Amino acid sequence: MDEHPQKQEAMQAGAALDTPLLRISSLTKRFGGYVAIDQLSLDIHAGEFFALLGPSGCGKTTLLRMIAGFETPDSGEMLFNGENIASALPHQRPFNMMFQNYALFPHLTVEGNIAFGLKRLGMQKADIKDVVAQMLALVQLDGLGKRRPDQLSGGQRQRVALARSLALRPKILLLDEPMAALDKKLRESTQRELLELQRKLNMTFIIVTHDQDEAMTVADRIGVMDHGRLEQVAPPRQLYEAPRSRWIAEFVGDVNVFDGKVTGEENGRVTLETRDAGVIAALKPPSVDESKMLCVAIRPEKIKISQYGPVNDLGGNAAFNRLPGVVADIGYLGNATIYSVRLDTGAVLRANVSNATRLDTDSYHVGQRVVAWFVPADCMVLEQ
Amino acid sequence: MASHSVSRLSPFNVVSLALGLAFLYLPIAILMIYSFNASRLVNVWGGWSTRWYVELMNDQAMLAAAWMSLRVAAVSATAATILGTLAALALSRGERFRGRTLFSGMLYAPLVMPEVITGLSLLLLFVAVQTERGFWTVTIAHTTLTMCFVAVVVQSRLGAIDRSLEEAAMDLGCPPARAFLYVTLPIILPAVIAGWLLAFTLSLDDLVIASFTTGPGSSTLPIRIYSEVRLGVKPQINAICTLIVAAIAVVIVAASLIAKMSSVRGESAAPL
Repeated sequence: MDEHPQKQEAMQAGAALDTPLLRISSLTKRFGGYVAIDQLSLDIHAGEFFALLGPSGCGKTTLLRMIAGFETPDSGEMLFNGENIASALPHQRPFNMMFQNYALFPHLTVEGNIAFGLKRLGMQKADIKDVVAQMLALVQLDGLGKRRPDQLSGGQRQRVALARSLALRPKILLLDEPMAALDKKLRESTQRELLELQRKLNMTFIIVTHDQDEAMTVADRIGVMDHGRLEQVAPPRQLYEAPRSRWIAEFVGDVNVFDGKVTGEENGRVTLETRDAGVIAALKPPSVDESKMLCVAIRPEKIKISQYGPVNDLGGNAAFNRLPGVVADIGYLGNATIYSVRLDTGAVLRANVSNATRLDTDSYHVGQRVVAWFVPADCMVLEQ
Repeated sequence: MASHSVSRLSPFNVVSLALGLAFLYLPIAILMIYSFNASRLVNVWGGWSTRWYVELMNDQAMLAAAWMSLRVAAVSATAATILGTLAALALSRGERFRGRTLFSGMLYAPLVMPEVITGLSLLLLFVAVQTERGFWTVTIAHTTLTMCFVAVVVQSRLGAIDRSLEEAAMDLGCPPARAFLYVTLPIILPAVIAGWLLAFTLSLDDLVIASFTTGPGSSTLPIRIYSEVRLGVKPQINAICTLIVAAIAVVIVAASLIAKMSSVRGESAAPL
C-alpha cells in the first residue's frame, strides 16, 4: 500500500511548513443570477479529513464539483501545491471523486470498474490486475470481481465506488454524500471504516454531507456552509462548543436560544436580561459587540434538572443560573430523556438528561415543579 | 410468482391472443404459402412448387431493384444513425440552450409529417439544385426520413443514463470525447443498433418518398413491386415478398440475440 513513504513524509513536512495542499481563494460561481459560491476561501492541508457541512442548496456540492473540475469558477483561484488549477479539466487533476449515486459503469464488471482509470493510464495488464486485487482486498470485496454492479447490494456498490476512486491513488479523494443511500447501522460502520482507511492510506479526504453526525464522526475539520459562504471552519468540538454565530449554534446540534441584552458585568462575567427567560449569567464573550441585541445559547445536555436546584453558590453571586418552571413535556429516548420545562418567565427550555442508571431516580412527571440550572461557562453569548 | 401467473392464461386471454396474432400474421402467412403455389393463377392452389423462386432469380430487373434497395437502406440507415445519435446527444446532453424545445419539436415533426409532403419537398429541392436523381437522392431522402426515428430511440436511452457516469469517466482520466467512447457509447449501443435496424427496415419499406426522389433506371424494390402489381399480381411477387419477410425476421432475431449477449457479457462490450 505504501509505495512512496518518503513522498508522503515530504508532503507532511510541506504541511508543517504551512503550505496548504489545496488553497482556494475568493472563489465565485454563479448560475445565471444565482450566486452558488460567494467569494469563498479555504485551505486544505495534506493528510486531513475535511468535511463540508450545510443545508441543501448551500453550495457544498458545487464547491466539491469545482474542486473535481466539473464546474469552472467565474472568478477566484484554486491552487494545488501552488499551481493554479481553476480551469483544468477533470482528467487533468490528481483528484478522484466518489459520487453520491456511486456512478458505477453498468456495462463493466466490478473489476472493470476499478480498472477503468488504470487502463486510461496505460498501465500493464499484470499491474492492473495486481492493483485491482489490492483494492478489492482493501474494501473487503474479494471474490466479487466478476460481478456486475446490478448484482451487488447497496453496501457492496458503495465499496466498489470507493475502491474505484482510490485505485488511482488521488492526491485528494472527494466524497459527495457517500453514505446517503445506506441505512443507519451500515452508515455508522462505514464511517468508521472510511476513517480507518484514511488514516491507513494517509490520504487527504474532502467529504460533502448534510448529516452533522457523519461530519463530526469522520472529520478533523468541518467547514459549515450557507448561501455559498463558509460560516465557520473549525474542528468538531470547537464548532459545537464555540459556534461563531447563532445560525451555526442552531444548525449544529440542538440548542436553547434566548434573546437578550447585556445589563451588567463583573469578575469576567456578564449578565443578560433576556426577553422571556429572566436574567442569565454567562462568561464574558471575547469578541461580541455588547451594545447590540444578543442571544444566549445553552446546549440541552448542559442543563440539569432537580426539584430544588443547587444548594449553595460557592463562587459568588452568579455561580449558577437557576430557572424555575414546570415540566411541560417528556420525550424518552432510551439513553436520555428530553424534558421540556415551561419557565415561570414564559420561555420553554429543553434539557437533555442522561439516563445513567436503570433506576428512575432522576425522573420527573409532567406538571411537576422543577428548577433547571446550568453554569455560566456553559452559556454561549452570540450575535444575532 | 410471476412465472406462475404467466403460465396460466384464462380462455379469454387465449382467444384474444389468437385473434390478435391471426389479424397480424394471417395475410402474411397466406402470401408465403401462395409463393410456393405451382399454379400461375394467384387465387387457385395448384400444389407445392418452388418454380417462382427460380423464375425470380432470372428476373434481372427485380434483382437489380432489390440490390438498389439494400444499398439505399444500408447507406441511409448508417447516415441516419450517425446524424440521429448526434442530434439526440445535442438535445439531451447539451446545456439548456435557447430554443431547445423548438429544436426538439422540429426534430420530431417529420415523424408525423405526411410522406407525400416530405417526398414532394425533397423533389423540389433536388430539382432546384439540379441534381441528377437516382441512388444518392433516394439515399438522402431516406436519411432525412429515418434520422428522427433514430433520434427518438437513442434519446430515450440517453435520458435513462445518469449524467454522472460520464463525469466519473472524466474524473478517472478520460478527456470528454473518450468518456463518450468508453462509457456512453457502450451503454447506448443497443439503442443505436435498434435505431439502425429501424432505419434500415423503414428505408427498405418506403414507396412514397422513393418514388418522388428516384430517377429513371434506378427503381427500388417497392417501386418495382408496385409497378408490376399494377399490371396484375404475378406469383414471383409472392416469392420476393416471402424472401423480404424472411430476411427481416433473421435481422430481428439476430438483433435481439446481440442485445442479449451484450447484456450477459458486460465487460467485453466495451473497447479495452
